[in-house]
Amino acid sequence: MNVHAHFVAQLHGARPIADPAASDALVDVEDMTVTFRSRERVVHAVNGVSFSLRRGEVLGILGESGSGKSVTLRALMRLLPDHAQVGGKVVVAGHDVARLDESRLEDVRGRAISMIFQEPMTALDPVFTIGEQIAETVRRHEGCDRRTAEARALDLLDMVQIPSARRRLKAYPHEMSGGMRQRAMIALALSCRPSVLLADEPTTALDVTVQIQVLLLLRKLQKELGMAVIFVTHDVGAAIEVSDRLAVMYAGRFVETGTAIDMIETPRHPYTNGLLDSMLSGDKRGQRLETIPGAPPSLGQAPAGCSFAPRCRFAATSCTLALPEPTAFSPTHTARCFRMDTKAERFAMLADA
Amino acid sequence: MSITAAAPAISIPAPVAGKGYWRLVGERLARDKVTLVVAAILLAVILVAIFAPLITAHDPYVGRVANRLKPIGTPNHWLGTDEVGRDLWTRLAYGSRLTLLTGVTPVIVATLIGATLGIVAGIGGRVVNTLVMRTMDVFYAFPSVLLAIAICGVLGSGVRNMILSLTIVFIPPVVRVSESVTTQVRSLDFVEAARATGASLAMVIRHQVIANVLSPILVYATSLVSLSIILAAGLSFLGLGVAPPNAEWGSMLNALRQSIYVNPVNAALPGLVILITSMAFNLMSDGLRSAMDVRLPR
Repeated sequence: MNVHAHFVAQLHGARPIADPAASDALVDVEDMTVTFRSRERVVHAVNGVSFSLRRGEVLGILGESGSGKSVTLRALMRLLPDHAQVGGKVVVAGHDVARLDESRLEDVRGRAISMIFQEPMTALDPVFTIGEQIAETVRRHEGCDRRTAEARALDLLDMVQIPSARRRLKAYPHEMSGGMRQRAMIALALSCRPSVLLADEPTTALDVTVQIQVLLLLRKLQKELGMAVIFVTHDVGAAIEVSDRLAVMYAGRFVETGTAIDMIETPRHPYTNGLLDSMLSGDKRGQRLETIPGAPPSLGQAPAGCSFAPRCRFAATSCTLALPEPTAFSPTHTARCFRMDTKAERFAMLADA
Repeated sequence: MSITAAAPAISIPAPVAGKGYWRLVGERLARDKVTLVVAAILLAVILVAIFAPLITAHDPYVGRVANRLKPIGTPNHWLGTDEVGRDLWTRLAYGSRLTLLTGVTPVIVATLIGATLGIVAGIGGRVVNTLVMRTMDVFYAFPSVLLAIAICGVLGSGVRNMILSLTIVFIPPVVRVSESVTTQVRSLDFVEAARATGASLAMVIRHQVIANVLSPILVYATSLVSLSIILAAGLSFLGLGVAPPNAEWGSMLNALRQSIYVNPVNAALPGLVILITSMAFNLMSDGLRSAMDVRLPR
């Protein structure tokens, strides 16, 4: 079965896609930039990212390592080291994150916005049991007594479908399997019912079979709790599986945004094409997979033109001179590219030239 | 490819039994024969120190010259006598008091000060870290024995000054160990995860950092006790620590040294108890390390 068709069939039945311009956005990011300045060098990790996210919506951010995905997530929580400078507007659940003082910020973290990490083994404290870690977070935010907090921890473990939850409360992280640890991590992140959940490659460190279970669990919890989720991954299949909208990130910018259907059926940016072509699927059996030549650019200086131009086989001189602005193809679909014809048109042009 | 299938209900019998942390530590110690034996030796030394007057029949400071250097097994002096005819068992029993005091006190004080400085250096910024760590490097320029001798020499001999000098000697290594484990722990994901769920810096230090840093520091400190006993014995041996009439294992070894050709067994006895006690502290620290690490299999 054609994988793309399969995804699309699934997605056509999905909920109506929210209007990104809606005013009741839970997350509102406008022209966010993140620059790391140290004595040795400057890194422009995020170069103007804008998006908004409503309650119950899932945004998938796709991109290679070093494209700025994780930095974007951490900037939303102000979890970056001190030498990072964040510019632009970042509003989460009505809080201007840049302006919050430390104690208000601590209140917002965990309660309004929470995060799950890539590697559950290192993201859980090895010297405390799972139950202790969850109960501690609950008590910190709600100030309830130990017994209530422990009862909540048990409920949470049940919610993330950890078998024999009562016994697992008293287990240390190293005593659990990878999938179970990631479930515990999710329980910890959800312990104070955040309205926005950030997921930083939550399935990358897991076995393939477990990946799907965790993805489905995340999707289920997201629907049940009505959370807005930002899901960062480099796994195209995973992103399509869980996201309402997708953003493809390259060199610190969203080069293409749209619904999953937009992306699969009419990808406009050559980089999106490349990502889709390099994806493994059954219908490509016997063919050689396409790769994107080259490596992502170093972010030492903000690029003048399109960052993808050096790797793009459709690149023209104009691409290196000016930065392509986002062009809308439909209310939901935009791309930053001067050559954003469909793939077929582009190949026809190549043939003509 | 069916990714829409519902997650199957997993039911694997969990091998994990819920137990309290200290009960777990106790059970592990009970299984570890070496640590049990070593703990018994340490307990015996401590009991001897406490009940020295009750288990000895002689005065530790009065001897009869006629009885000098009686061998082990002499009636009335089962461990023999020293170079002025004092009962060796009595001297060793009373000596354990000073030896334990000079072995343990500097380590406790140095651990408290050193761990605090190390954690501050590990968590604080670059300036604090440089300030603390470079100051410690100055102390590192001298070998520990020489440094202890130098400080003791400046302050003058005596038990209090010896303890003070040993404390100063032990602070830098404790700071180094705590700083390095703190830096390691600080950069781990779970600290960031705790921050992401809204923990303040103080909470992260109290819960995540101290809990993860304490056990390596404690284990290191336990191993320092044996070094401290040996250094204290060394200082007394050189005449910088405990003054002669007082019983202390190091100064006893020094005094008996001259009799090594007359009665080598008696002369070696204080050295032997120093060896056994310091080894016991070392093995104890190893045992505690494996018993207290929750990351090891139960």
